[in-house]
Amino acid sequence: MTFFEAVLLTIITASTPLVIAAIGELVTERAGVLNLGVEGMVIIGSVSAFAAAQLSGSAYIGLLAGVAGGALFSLLFSFLTLTLVANQVATGLALTIMGLGASGMIGESYVSVPGIRLLPIEIPLLSQIPYIGTVLFKQDIVFYLSILLVVAVNWFLFRSRAGLKLRAIGDSHSSAHALGIGVIRTRYLAVMFGGACAGLAGAQLSLIYTPQWTENMSGGRGWIALALVVFASWRPWRILAGGYLFGAVTILQLHAQAFGIGVPAQFLSMLPYAATVVVLIIISQNRRMTLINTPASLGKSFVPDR
Amino acid sequence: MRIELERRADVSKLLGILSPLLALLLTLIAGGIMFMLLGKAPLDSIYALLVEPLFDPWSLNELAKKAAPLILIAVGLSVCYRSTNWNIGAEGQYSVGAIVGSIIPVYFYDWQSPMVLPLMLVMGALGGAAFATIPALLKTHFNTNEILTSLMLTYIAQLFLDWLTRGPWRNPDGHGFYGTRDFTPDQVLPPIWDDIITAHWGLIFAVVAAILIWFMMRFTLRGFEVVVLGQSERAGRFAGFSPRKMVWFSFILSGALAGLAGISEVSGSIGHLQPDISPSYGFTAIIVAFLGRLNPLGIIASGFVLALTYIGGEAAQLSIGVSDKVTRVFQGFLLFFVLSCDTMIYYKVRIVWSRLRAKTGATS
Repeated sequence: MTFFEAVLLTIITASTPLVIAAIGELVTERAGVLNLGVEGMVIIGSVSAFAAAQLSGSAYIGLLAGVAGGALFSLLFSFLTLTLVANQVATGLALTIMGLGASGMIGESYVSVPGIRLLPIEIPLLSQIPYIGTVLFKQDIVFYLSILLVVAVNWFLFRSRAGLKLRAIGDSHSSAHALGIGVIRTRYLAVMFGGACAGLAGAQLSLIYTPQWTENMSGGRGWIALALVVFASWRPWRILAGGYLFGAVTILQLHAQAFGIGVPAQFLSMLPYAATVVVLIIISQNRRMTLINTPASLGKSFVPDR
Repeated sequence: MRIELERRADVSKLLGILSPLLALLLTLIAGGIMFMLLGKAPLDSIYALLVEPLFDPWSLNELAKKAAPLILIAVGLSVCYRSTNWNIGAEGQYSVGAIVGSIIPVYFYDWQSPMVLPLMLVMGALGGAAFATIPALLKTHFNTNEILTSLMLTYIAQLFLDWLTRGPWRNPDGHGFYGTRDFTPDQVLPPIWDDIITAHWGLIFAVVAAILIWFMMRFTLRGFEVVVLGQSERAGRFAGFSPRKMVWFSFILSGALAGLAGISEVSGSIGHLQPDISPSYGFTAIIVAFLGRLNPLGIIASGFVLALTYIGGEAAQLSIGVSDKVTRVFQGFLLFFVLSCDTMIYYKVRIVWSRLRAKTGATS
């Protein structure tokens, strides 16, 4: 494997969790719910996946546990914001604070325990293609899933009846309710999908990216995923572009640190966060485009008139 | 079974006071269940966590030291949140306040004058305020989401602090420890009352800030402006209030208070600047603000409650052998219960047991 291929591989591994968490949040936000708890759901996914893999000895069981952990944890958010109509911003923050705390407590006994790595799956023939073969077709299942998820979400939102309903709810929950669409039920499902994706992203971190448990190992990726949704202006394909852009920035700054280019490591570590701010500025500047794409009911609570 | 909500005709004042108390009670119950699952005696654990520290003078002073930054930051945040400007980067503004306030001790180490300390505090507040203008500027001029930018800037501020204290500002005689030289007595925030109340003046700043802001919110036009713009930007514009100016006002105010909290903590509690200067005060202050129902006087009380979870967490680690991570879980529970109990203030909550009753209930 050449150096170039190796760098590409690490970029893909770093981008995959961002893409997955962001595509989940995109569906949630398309249904009109702003869940700022992505960071918390990701870290709960990480710790559930790591613990389940340790207990069962199988990384795949760990992966499932990560998805389940994220989805179940998101129910807490749904219950508060959808059933009890609590403020979505505050509840999302609560989810993040709770997730970081609870994962630290659950994971305490797993610190510095060697992890179980999810192994790549080699696709016969395709992986023999020179240059791109090893990079694209000798990957772990989560990478294939991430691409599949983007394709599926795009189809679901823009080509299926259920997706049309979901977008209708996100744009005007009152109108959707008047049409007899189950607003609250759909939103519960959308939030849960977001939670499951965040959990999968978290599982990728603790089973593939760095197969071990460390506290706060999500390192702000949940927040970057939230920014990615804005960056993508709520369109699935752009999540893929944005996710890989951020993954590349993360990896290239790591390589720059390793080479020692004379810039302090802390400044290079700032790059992904600074890039997020810059990208948000560029995207948000075009007010008209943001206005057209932003789900009109985003972040607003819905109480049906009876 | 499902839950139905019905908007109350007028907001219940009594429930406004009861709801945080109920949230506390529910947190205790949830915490007790958590301890039971961890195999500890629930009542003893909660006693060790939240009651025992109150009988020990040393702990009480520690409590005051921890409550100070929490109250200072939360009071500023309450103005932001009342006006629906979601500043969640107080942790970063706190760090920058600590850095800018430490410029004098680092570069003018030998300067001895009674002016040093006031100058440090002012610079800390200015530093925090200046850092908070970044998300404000981005919001008013580029329409950027302030939640994400203020949070990203927090990571940047913390990395910058890390670089400073491990790099250029590091004490050359530090013997492997990272951080600046210890501040001289002129640069240290003194205790409130020598030997009796050893907690530093930060708590006084916090209480004064809370009372001033309470006064502003209650009796001045500016306070009214905050509330109106928060509830309806459109209505505020009709009244001639400027949403743009409110973004600047709320961010600068909360940034200044967070910055003041930062330099007070470094100067009063730690004694030098180091990479790690906060057990997430900036984020915990968000919980403080909501538990105090965004009322500055309520925030004084809730600041002490959250400070108690920090002290109790440290104590419980020793006395009952649970991880100090329980602190964060407790804080998380608290915010969840506060938010859910607040629903009762605005809505009548009805639990409907069957589908049939739901239908007949709808017609009645």
